[in-house]
Amino acid sequence: MSFYDLLFGPFAEFGFMRRALMGCIALSISGAPIGVFLVLRRMSLMGDVMAHAILPGAAIGFLLSGFSLFAMTAGGVIAGLLVALGAGAIARTTPLREDASFAAFYLVSLGLGVMIVSIRGSNIDLLHVLFGNVLALDDPSLFLIGGIATVTLLALALIYRLLVAECFDPGFLKSVGGAGGLAHFLFLALVVLNLVGGFNALGTLMVVGLIVLPAASARFWSETVPGQIGAAALIGIVSSAAGLLISYHGELPTSPAIILVAGAIHAVSILAGRHGSFVHQALHARHLRG
Amino acid sequence: MLKSSAPAVRVDNLTLSYRRHPAVHHVSGEFSPGSFTAIFGPNGAGKSTLLKGIVGLIKPDSGRVLLDGVARHDIGYLPQQSALDRSFPMRVLDVAAMGLWRKAGIFRAIGRKSLDHVEAALAAVGLTGFEDRLIGTLSGGQFQRALFARLLLQDARLILLDEPFTAIDARTCDDLLALIARWHAEGRTVVTVLHDLELVREHIPETLLLAREKVAWGPTTEVLTDENLARARHLHEAFEDDAELCEMPA
Repeated sequence: MSFYDLLFGPFAEFGFMRRALMGCIALSISGAPIGVFLVLRRMSLMGDVMAHAILPGAAIGFLLSGFSLFAMTAGGVIAGLLVALGAGAIARTTPLREDASFAAFYLVSLGLGVMIVSIRGSNIDLLHVLFGNVLALDDPSLFLIGGIATVTLLALALIYRLLVAECFDPGFLKSVGGAGGLAHFLFLALVVLNLVGGFNALGTLMVVGLIVLPAASARFWSETVPGQIGAAALIGIVSSAAGLLISYHGELPTSPAIILVAGAIHAVSILAGRHGSFVHQALHARHLRG
Repeated sequence: MLKSSAPAVRVDNLTLSYRRHPAVHHVSGEFSPGSFTAIFGPNGAGKSTLLKGIVGLIKPDSGRVLLDGVARHDIGYLPQQSALDRSFPMRVLDVAAMGLWRKAGIFRAIGRKSLDHVEAALAAVGLTGFEDRLIGTLSGGQFQRALFARLLLQDARLILLDEPFTAIDARTCDDLLALIARWHAEGRTVVTVLHDLELVREHIPETLLLAREKVAWGPTTEVLTDENLARARHLHEAFEDDAELCEMPA
């Protein structure tokens, strides 16, 4: 097998591979800044929580109108936003911390979803929602992912300064009248959008991996926010391409392959990244003169 | 700048509380235009809370804060350092440039001319050459200098400082005190929470002695008497779990 067959052949030959790659690239680019801010705000696990929270919404959409992209997306977005708004509002108006408030909301959301599914007595196959089907992305799915990526990048460009100020010094932002709370809610809405956008491709749970793993790895390659976003996007794209190829050549499931490649890159980053990795610490063990 | 254009802050029967327990209890008085006042008192006396109430970070339970000659969003407020996330990857330049918020807001670009102002502010606090350093690599004193550069750029006529010299060495303290004195000389109204009695006596003309309630407020020499300080210590007790409702008219 030639180098070309190994790396480019599958994409040149098959439309579904190209589609899968495009979808994953769009997800990687829009998920990168989302992931970096999640990591910086110590909300890495919030992605997972939100993924659980949108799952019942997508399932309800699935129950109501069958396998409809629109119904499942709308259900997921509504459930996600309800949890984000409700939990955020309670965290800001009562002594309950945000993490506890989110946990409470998503658990209720999950319970509700499972309850609705069992009442309907349907043994629908939720595997698609859980693990997605990146090799069967149709036009509407691709447009949805591309649209969400566009909205995410534009919205983040607009609220970037607000978001950074809110992360670093919320008291200052409030004192100059900046809408820190609004920035926070907008950010959570973008998290929901990206998770929903990704569940068709990678599945609800796996998409968190493509958002958070590259961002957590990026911490080892750059010390600035823009640098980390760039690194995360690159890691996401490389993981997607490599994961697709591994799954193609090895006849392995695609989503886990992509996430495992991202996980491998994360391990390499921890070991040998430019900032704070084990190798970096070992090389810089001796102190300087001044 | 003329003194008459300096803003004043009047607090009127102000009560601010946490979980219904007042941290600032029925305090009235005025920070007059162009005044330079220290808020002094024991831990938990409501000093930081009073500043937060003036800035609008806490809503009053009763009474009110009246700002004269300044909009609430034009106050230069320096929070306690512990309230900031110093691990956040920001450059010193970025922190100082936040002071341009009133001019640049969320969207407007920060141009060459504004960047010159930022450089000048960093130079004024002795941080030239630190522009690209991440704040996580700064010492406590250097970080406080960066926050003062931000305050300089805010160019606020009412400046509220919450314990600006905690865990800061003598030289940095002197430099920052000189900056504050300059603000005072320029006719700005300055209020600072302080812990160091000697520092207040030596440098700050007026003092509000606070122990949840106002103990004394006026010229520092008249306020910081042994008798008043003893009263402050006496007034200040831990809140009672079974405290009764306050009957004082709101």
